[in-house]
Amino acid sequence: MAKMNMLQAINNALDLAMAKDDGVVCFGEDVGHFGGVFRATSKLQEKYGKDRCFNTPLTEQGIAGFANGMAAQGMKPVAEIQFADYIFPAFDQIVNETAKFRYRSGDQFNVGGLVFRTPYGGGIAGGHYHSQSPEAYFAHTPGLKIVVPRDPAQAKGLLLASINCPDPVIFFEPKKLYRASVGEVSEEYYEIPIGKAEVMQTGTQVTVLAWGAQMEIVQKAVEMAQAEGISCELIDLRSILPWDVDTVVASVKKTGRLVINHEAPLTGGFAGEIAATIQKECFLHLESPIMRVCGLDIPYPLALEKEYVPDHLKTFEAIKASVNF
Amino acid sequence: MTNPNNATISTIHLAEFTSGHALQIPTLRVLADDGTVFPGAKEPELSKETALRMYHSMTFIRVLDERMLAAQRQGRISFYMQCLGEEAATVGSAAALDEEDMIMAQYREQGALRYRGFSLEQFMNQLFSNEKDLGKGRQMPVHYGSRDIHYMTISSPLGTQIPQAAGYAYAQKLRGKANVTICYFGEGAASEGDFHAGLNMAAVHKAPVLFFCRNNGYAISTPANEQFKGDGIACRGVGYGMKAIRVDGADILAVYQATKLARDYALANNEPVLLESIAYRLGAHSSSDDPSGYRSKEEEELWRKNDPVARFRLWLLNKGWLDDAADKAQIEGLRQEILDALKVAEKVAKPGIEHLISDVYAEPIPELERQLSELKEHIRKYPEAYPITAGRML
Repeated sequence: MAKMNMLQAINNALDLAMAKDDGVVCFGEDVGHFGGVFRATSKLQEKYGKDRCFNTPLTEQGIAGFANGMAAQGMKPVAEIQFADYIFPAFDQIVNETAKFRYRSGDQFNVGGLVFRTPYGGGIAGGHYHSQSPEAYFAHTPGLKIVVPRDPAQAKGLLLASINCPDPVIFFEPKKLYRASVGEVSEEYYEIPIGKAEVMQTGTQVTVLAWGAQMEIVQKAVEMAQAEGISCELIDLRSILPWDVDTVVASVKKTGRLVINHEAPLTGGFAGEIAATIQKECFLHLESPIMRVCGLDIPYPLALEKEYVPDHLKTFEAIKASVNF
Repeated sequence: MTNPNNATISTIHLAEFTSGHALQIPTLRVLADDGTVFPGAKEPELSKETALRMYHSMTFIRVLDERMLAAQRQGRISFYMQCLGEEAATVGSAAALDEEDMIMAQYREQGALRYRGFSLEQFMNQLFSNEKDLGKGRQMPVHYGSRDIHYMTISSPLGTQIPQAAGYAYAQKLRGKANVTICYFGEGAASEGDFHAGLNMAAVHKAPVLFFCRNNGYAISTPANEQFKGDGIACRGVGYGMKAIRVDGADILAVYQATKLARDYALANNEPVLLESIAYRLGAHSSSDDPSGYRSKEEEELWRKNDPVARFRLWLLNKGWLDDAADKAQIEGLRQEILDALKVAEKVAKPGIEHLISDVYAEPIPELERQLSELKEHIRKYPEAYPITAGRML
């Protein structure tokens, strides 16, 4: 075990994947010699050469299309989109190409092994072009898998699983936690399965669900609720697509209540999808309406970021409202 | 015979490539390093008043950049981007325009903005995202914009303004306006798909737009030789069937002259023109960047000698339009003025909570009104957690 922050854990995962399989190639804007603007690919070019870790021209649609082509040939491109806010020029390549390669060809061609790594989320005074959480846009696209880690150990295991996955994966990295989240991480190769949620804490009165950077925020809310005698079950969804319906259903059948938190705006956010499924699967078990604690339906602000974010206090209030309904 | 392919057919009978570097674009230089005009070059007709306005815009930005980067280092603002090394490119081009020509910039063109008349207070209010900021405190520092002076608000995503500029200029043409749109972008942004889309559409639809590429050698850490393999960016204009010109971007007289020529041509012919300024991004990409990880101090020092402000200053001194001592005193005074304005702006309140939901739509939709009232109720419960807005709510 070694103490690593999230960037180091990601770098370590890429290093292991590149050592294990010479088909793994990392590229993106500033990814080469410089090691990426956040340094997630630091030293990889030095170690594996310019053919396997390199700078691309500044074109996200180019990066995504290039990655599609490499993956179709059978290699495993790990393409970085510098900020998730800048993934949209690549939307066509990802939504119409990446996601449909296998299906449209009758499984003659596929882009399994392709991973898009991209930092997402707020809390860094980034305003609306450096703070967005665009997971829901992609969750509406069958054919993609979507993963969001919350800490270094998860980031490493989930990234290795993504690279080894037979389907293309978008790997959203909570950039707020890149250096802030530090933990013990095994230096060995290991994978954490995609599509499996983690029950971080069991409880009886209310299920609290989130993913990625919001986990530490909801954890704080859960602690506040527990101080008031509310027993919370805390779940980290980890994968948005496919999401672990069984684990969440089992939990809500037990607690009868659900609070979902995400940083993206409320309307059209992934919490709506979860709520719809849970009300269907758990209808007779529900004691209160499913609560969503989300960003407002506005572009991510700057000066009033604190007011916008679904913070621990808003989550705490929702937990109380859910239990006292 | 018709030409359905819209391509010249000049026949050869033996296979032969046209090389990727068949076309080499010359670089216009007017002002030599010593502040004299090159023999054979034509000094642009500049009034003393305009020349000094250009110079003062350059020195203003130089001092502002220095002061605000320091303010970022002190934690007073969250982020900053300098224009260092590209003052001539941005000011010289803006000076060649009509005041009502539209400017669509990338994010490093504060020189053009200052030339247009953006005030020190307006700069500060944006940088501190306070309630007097024209953008209502919603964007990161340096994302300026002003409708009054025809400067489109900056958007961080790269290259998005390029096709927009084509559309804006096309609309100016349809409205019968005697104006053009200038569109600034870096050589890195020219790799975005929007570059191709914008230039091709402007050429096809005959939009009077000046595409001004600031080739400054680096896109964050990525050097131009890892960005493209052609001869700079200007040669691409030829591929789109438009006029192109390359200038020394540290030479404000060359930039001014080229832009003037391009503007006159674009307006007279309803055609786009591609300009390429060759300069060097002397500062870091932004306050979040550290160039020591990707380029040498020696390289930077070499380019530091190619100072666009110093070169223009020499020309003004040679002309007798600038007094050395008075200029130095003026710059000292400017430092104090900027510091004073900074101290005022950082004390101005942040925008009120109602500005969270304003401008998402022309009028807030009912769901937003509902979300705001819920938020206010929550803030009343925990006023200490939301110090910016609590206590200021109606």
